[in-house]
Amino acid sequence: MIVPFLSEALKLSAAFLYGSTGEIVIEKSGHLNLGIPGVMSVGGAVGCVTVYYLLKAKIYSTFLLLFLPLLTTIVAGGLMGLLYSFMTVTLRANQNVTGLALTSLGVGLAGYIMTQKGEAALIVGKTSKIFASLFQIQSENWFVKIFLSHGLLFYLAIIIAIVTQIVLNRTRVGLHLRAVGENPATADSAGINVTAYRYIATIIGSAIAAIGGHFTIMEYMGGNWEYILEGFGWLSVALVIFTVWRPALSILGSVIFGGLYIAAAYINVSFAQTELIKTIPYVITIIVLIITSIVGSKKAQPPASLGMNYFREER
Amino acid sequence: MTEQKKTREPLFHLVKRINVPAWQAWAIRGGAIVGGFLLIGILIYAFLGIFPTDAYRYMFEGAFGSQYRVMVLLRDLAILLLFALAVTPAFKMKFWNIGAEGQVLMGAYCCMVCLYYLGGKINNVVLIFIALACAILGGAIWAVIPALFKAKWNTNETLFTLMMNYVSVRIIEYTIKVWVPGGTGVLPTMHYGNLPTIAGENFWFSIIVALVLTAVMYTYLRFSKHGYEITVVGESENTARYIGINVKKVIIRTLILSGIICGVTGFLLVSGINHSLTSESAGGRGFTAILVSWLAKFNPVGMIFTSLLVVFLSAGTDEIMTKGGITTSFFSQVVTGLMFLLIIGCEFFINYKIVFRHHAEAPKTPIGTGSTTAETALTASEDASADAAKEENV
Repeated sequence: MIVPFLSEALKLSAAFLYGSTGEIVIEKSGHLNLGIPGVMSVGGAVGCVTVYYLLKAKIYSTFLLLFLPLLTTIVAGGLMGLLYSFMTVTLRANQNVTGLALTSLGVGLAGYIMTQKGEAALIVGKTSKIFASLFQIQSENWFVKIFLSHGLLFYLAIIIAIVTQIVLNRTRVGLHLRAVGENPATADSAGINVTAYRYIATIIGSAIAAIGGHFTIMEYMGGNWEYILEGFGWLSVALVIFTVWRPALSILGSVIFGGLYIAAAYINVSFAQTELIKTIPYVITIIVLIITSIVGSKKAQPPASLGMNYFREER
Repeated sequence: MTEQKKTREPLFHLVKRINVPAWQAWAIRGGAIVGGFLLIGILIYAFLGIFPTDAYRYMFEGAFGSQYRVMVLLRDLAILLLFALAVTPAFKMKFWNIGAEGQVLMGAYCCMVCLYYLGGKINNVVLIFIALACAILGGAIWAVIPALFKAKWNTNETLFTLMMNYVSVRIIEYTIKVWVPGGTGVLPTMHYGNLPTIAGENFWFSIIVALVLTAVMYTYLRFSKHGYEITVVGESENTARYIGINVKKVIIRTLILSGIICGVTGFLLVSGINHSLTSESAGGRGFTAILVSWLAKFNPVGMIFTSLLVVFLSAGTDEIMTKGGITTSFFSQVVTGLMFLLIIGCEFFINYKIVFRHHAEAPKTPIGTGSTTAETALTASEDASADAAKEENV
């Protein structure tokens, strides 16, 4: 009972981990990207369709089936990030409004692609085994079942989160990025290219989040398309707050969110009560948000200029 | 030569434009909308092979083709307008309430609870008033919680209200599953507490309420002391404190007002139109309303037109999809998203002027010197209004 539950929670956690790691990178640059649900949806749809076209062209190479969809997903996510940063950095548009428009665009686009390529989901289902089984170890051992029975993209999520944590806190690039998010005017006068940092961080972050969509469809859903990515996107945004802007904490946080998301299926509750359990991630996020604002600890604050655009000549 | 390169001047730089005349700002926005429609025409031709002129004709047919369609359009417009009216006062104060969705749902939920438990047991007119009161209470409570924390501890309201949306969705899902265990999981239509129909149609009531509230909100924001305080807090909290405005009080008061309108909207959705409730009843309009309100520069009268644009786009694209043999509403979401991005992007050309290198020497005069009163500047653009308000206050 507990082993399958933990295994499933861990598996799902990667979806939130991708989303939140991506959003952390973006938010560290001072961008509050509310377009993440749209980015994740587009990522999922583009990856799915790429696999579909590869199969249609009768390409069964494991390597291509794994990496080409990943590449298109990353490109699609990056393009969404580019659009967002063009709007907010170059055109100085309001970040909240741009993000919401991007979510509308992305969710609509993903839905449209998938309704047009409805047969894609059917064929792709079989391919998803490749994603799930490449690094999978079959064993009855509880440790293996919980931690090592996942696919390639699962491990990639954890690697990305750890690398992000190290880059943000231990490198010069990370220091500069945090400076841009905290106080762009100061960063600018210290010779840091604010525009470049904001662009690149948003593009990379969106690409990471898009992989989350791809993971969800191919590995978690077993290749079945379902309209869950928008909800996953918002949960990822919540997770960023929950883990107080730290990717390493996100690894743990995403497992908690994953566990809460599926908990209802494993514990003995009524059909209606499952809804209340699904509320818990949002409620604890609110509580964390309140506590961090009351405590006012410097280490647990959002980047100081989060949501604000920078215009050099406005000082 | 190398010496010169050291003091290289960028090819162009940006200058903030102040006091852009209203007609110029609206001409740029109008251009963006026309550009948006052209882009939509091209996209539809590319994806569906429908020629743009036909596409535009279908759009008009879909929106205004028959009396029934016009009525549906007006109803959707009224509801979206109500959502937009609800978020406007908070936004004008730069309180990023993206929780109108949840606030309306809580209003609708409280209304539904009244209808469910009291329906048929008490007089119908009394029931309607109790339901309205409960709806207002529900919406206001849901809105005031983040406001209290924002006022007291400066808790980030964007993320707070976003999370509250999902909590309200889950509460509704839970209640529906308790009321309708198993089976369809859909609430049956309520027979009690429904608003009276006018001329046989059930949505006139919502349209009238939306119009009245638009007028009230316009007056409130523009001519009342409260409205002035909201503007000042939005432009600069420090200025507001300096001239003796109690910022915390203004935040809480304004959010209660937002919540009340959300509650009324929820009440109209349940009692006036749907006579039922699902967690999808708000249908993402809480988010769309933010764009609607923002595009109209928080001017309630302008929001009639921006709402019209949105409902027209959605009805129009749905019609094109039907003609193209596709029955999903996703494409209209894409079209709306694109249109918004274009209009949001065009604000840049209203707020900034690109000055190229060889012009840099020339004296910079703001393009619009015709209208310098704070009044026109307020409607001209958000940023221009910031400067105007500072001038007023200092």
